[in-house]
Amino acid sequence: MSTPTSTLAAPRPRRVSLLAGKLFKKLRRVGVLNWSLPILLLVVWQACSSFGYLTNNILPSPAAVALAGWKLALSGALVANVWVSFLRAMAGLIIGGAIGFAFGFANGLSDLSEKLTDTTLQMARNIPHLALIPLVILWFGIDEGAKLFLVALGVFFPIYLNTLHGIRNIDPQLVEMGRSYGLTPRELLRRVIFPGALPSILVGLRYALGIMWLTLIVAETIAAQSGIGYMAMQAREFMQTDIVVFSILIYAALGKVADATARLIEKTTLAWHPAYKR
Amino acid sequence: MSFVDLCPAFEKNADPFSDGVSLTIRGLARSFGSTKVLSGLDLDVPTGQFVAIVGRSGCGKSTLLRLIAGLDEPTEGRLRFAGKALARSGPSFGGPNLAGHSLVRVMFQEPRLLPWARVMANVEIGLGAVESSPQTRQRVIEALEAVGLAERAGEWPFVLSGGQKQRVALARALISRPQLLAFDEPLGALDALTRIEMQRLLERIWLRDRFTAILVTHDVMEALTLADRVLLIESGRVTLDLAVDLPRPRRRGSAELAQLEEGILDRLLGDEQFESCGSARSPRR
Repeated sequence: MSTPTSTLAAPRPRRVSLLAGKLFKKLRRVGVLNWSLPILLLVVWQACSSFGYLTNNILPSPAAVALAGWKLALSGALVANVWVSFLRAMAGLIIGGAIGFAFGFANGLSDLSEKLTDTTLQMARNIPHLALIPLVILWFGIDEGAKLFLVALGVFFPIYLNTLHGIRNIDPQLVEMGRSYGLTPRELLRRVIFPGALPSILVGLRYALGIMWLTLIVAETIAAQSGIGYMAMQAREFMQTDIVVFSILIYAALGKVADATARLIEKTTLAWHPAYKR
Repeated sequence: MSFVDLCPAFEKNADPFSDGVSLTIRGLARSFGSTKVLSGLDLDVPTGQFVAIVGRSGCGKSTLLRLIAGLDEPTEGRLRFAGKALARSGPSFGGPNLAGHSLVRVMFQEPRLLPWARVMANVEIGLGAVESSPQTRQRVIEALEAVGLAERAGEWPFVLSGGQKQRVALARALISRPQLLAFDEPLGALDALTRIEMQRLLERIWLRDRFTAILVTHDVMEALTLADRVLLIESGRVTLDLAVDLPRPRRRGSAELAQLEEGILDRLLGDEQFESCGSARSPRR
């Protein structure tokens, strides 16, 4: 009874903070937090354009970019170009990824294969693949072949290295167990070695996806007759900055989609892994 | 009340074919570089016997087990199962024979479960290179029932406790009805209570299936509780071969067992005054 005021006053700030905490949690669950920063940037950007701090030929307003995107979508040019770029990216990923995976597997399992090829591959890895563009244009012209080659070369190394690393790091005790329990080499590969290397292979895939888009952007910007990069370069000729900015945003969106896909694959195939459980 | 008492699978009739196999070892030697770990070892294990091998660490007992299990090649000497030499690798060694039995299975110190396979698939590995079918699934469930884990068949290994993981490993070793089961200190990492439970489980399963069992352990009391015969290995040779002729189930800490344990421990510790074991490094004698 001696301190009635203090006991009454204490709960108030706590309740407020509790409420704020609840709101925070709810926002986080809906995913608002992930997107709050991009939205804020967008608002600031639009405000700068509206009040005349940014002129149209330096950076168009978000509304103008959205309008340009809408027009492109209506004309059908958007879908056609995105589709072309997507096909190039996938073809390059599949070809380069498959070769990288094959080499990684072979070199992880066989010492002979590793001795024959690893040194060469490690040397080739240190050449930035984009430095080959002049040569590639001489070889393939500006056809599909050039872009396919560059993308395939770019994705090859992360997939090769991570597949090799994954196989090398398999617990030898598990392999010994598999052998002593009578698994044939094929079964051992299917039940022990491949699943054991998979987390590492998927890390390689995520790296590869990043390199895939980067390579494609550069290749399409330098020499192409279709695709998102071509769309952007053509717009530059006519000072259509809204289309240029829109193209860049598409790349960002496609990169996000690719990353989300890789995450989804990780989540479904690595459910056994405590680190991916959630 | 332990999980063993709750398992109806134990009351099932034993498989008439799952008898053990006899093992004959003559002049077995294994060296790593210039260090001799085993030298001139002779051993006869009759069909269905439970043999425990004790010794200090580094005395060669695990190497002997690895040789018996075919995980390693002897430098010299012969190993014969039921009088026949053995293809040391390939499906004829690890895989099941015509009657559906495998010859030798090992239970390792670590559970060695595949973390990416559910408990059921892990036990199925024990069948070797066999495609899964309703029959194999039935056998998996039976093997899991025998270790009291049938209801965990769909779990990932990482949710299981250490003792449960070893029970899954035991089910995996049992599913192919091996004729010889080699245990490489499988209970070493378990807590005292789980250890005792596992010892009882091992004994009941052995009494049911009557395979030949070879248990490597550093726990003399464990060896005496479970085995028909206890071998002491020192400096790569068998230096004590003790028949334990006591009725089962044996009570840990009974006067007879304690007396035998003291004898073995005296021997193990007494030797220390004359030669430090370290037999892997300096095999004298």
